Amino acid sequence: MSLADLFTVVAVSAGAVFFLAGTVGLLRFPDALTRLHALTKADNLGLGLVVLGLLPRVDGVLGGLTLVAIWLLALLAGAAVSQLIARAARRGGPPA
Amino acid sequence: MMAALNVGIALLILALAVWTVVARDTFAAVVGFVAYGLLLTLVWVQLAGIDVALTEAALGGGLTGALLIGAAARLRRTEGAARAETPGFPTRLVAALAAVVVTAALAVAVLALPDPAPTLTHETAANIETTGVGNPITAVLLAFRAMDTLLEAIVVLFALVGVWSLAPDRAWGGRPGRLQRVDPNGILAYLARVLPPIGIVVGIYIFWIGADLPGGKFQGATILAAMWLLAVMAGLADAPPVGRTWLRLALVAGPVVFIAVGALGAVVADAFLAYPDGLAKPLIKVIEWALLPSLTVTLALILAGAPEREAK
Repeated sequence: MSLADLFTVVAVSAGAVFFLAGTVGLLRFPDALTRLHALTKADNLGLGLVVLGLLPRVDGVLGGLTLVAIWLLALLAGAAVSQLIARAARRGGPPA
Repeated sequence: MMAALNVGIALLILALAVWTVVARDTFAAVVGFVAYGLLLTLVWVQLAGIDVALTEAALGGGLTGALLIGAAARLRRTEGAARAETPGFPTRLVAALAAVVVTAALAVAVLALPDPAPTLTHETAANIETTGVGNPITAVLLAFRAMDTLLEAIVVLFALVGVWSLAPDRAWGGRPGRLQRVDPNGILAYLARVLPPIGIVVGIYIFWIGADLPGGKFQGATILAAMWLLAVMAGLADAPPVGRTWLRLALVAGPVVFIAVGALGAVVADAFLAYPDGLAKPLIKVIEWALLPSLTVTLALILAGAPEREAK
């Protein structure tokens, strides 16, 4: 196993841990706002670490940039939608 | 390892399908349906059907999901009353029996399929050079089975006419949907400024590569329509009154060009929608370029809904 492979395994595994933690938080936290907070761990750190771990495996700069762009788009969508859901929850939208 | 993943996805999809059917709350059922569509996208990727996966994500999960969420939001006020009128036991029994019979018939039909399933893959692969197109899906959709695609383009137009027909008389020809009152400095307005430039590039790219790689006009048009709707929802743009002549022309331009090319085939080649020798690829390009704006406007207006405000 080369150093790049080791890096991939470690980073993707760490990302999976954050996804797991985010999911546990989503299921266990008491209200909408804290559950949203748990989700950001999966979106931001989990996906970020998975993308980081996959970077040594892509061929070409373009493939790597595509992966990073996907992560940035997920960050943008996650942050914006969390705000919208939080606002709806505070105004008493769908039941928590 | 891959088998475990596939079995996991299959189980999740079945569970979500059951959840979507049994959920009492309309909104919860819709959320289940959207998640179901996204998982189905993964299945198509696993089956190497990237074209279908893109369509499922854009149209099945995205566009249909947005339509259903809009419907659920409108039904929210009357939902309690509707639920109080639970049908009696005999009605439910008949409905359950009918559903079981349909499911059983489908199961029998699927199990009775010959193995290997009949396929036209080899004929498609053997004849794809005559179209000059690299993506076999595009070759099927716009050359070998162009009639289906023509009818699809017209069906979405009819769907829009159906949506418009729900307009009250005073709003006929007016602007669709309610006026959006959104914080101009809020996060939605921010997203509607940042995302459309990216989304427009992605939508046109998916359309552009459709001739040779997975992608195409329907998926591209859905993304473009979503970007326009985002701007409308954020209050940065307003939907045009549906009575405008340029709008009506944009709606019918794509199907009209498609039919004109088909008629040309009837005169020059030997059948309706047949392409003259050597002209297949340029004519397919003409149809795709004509359909993209029409489909974009049609899909966007279907999502925007029936006219509710008078044209001022």
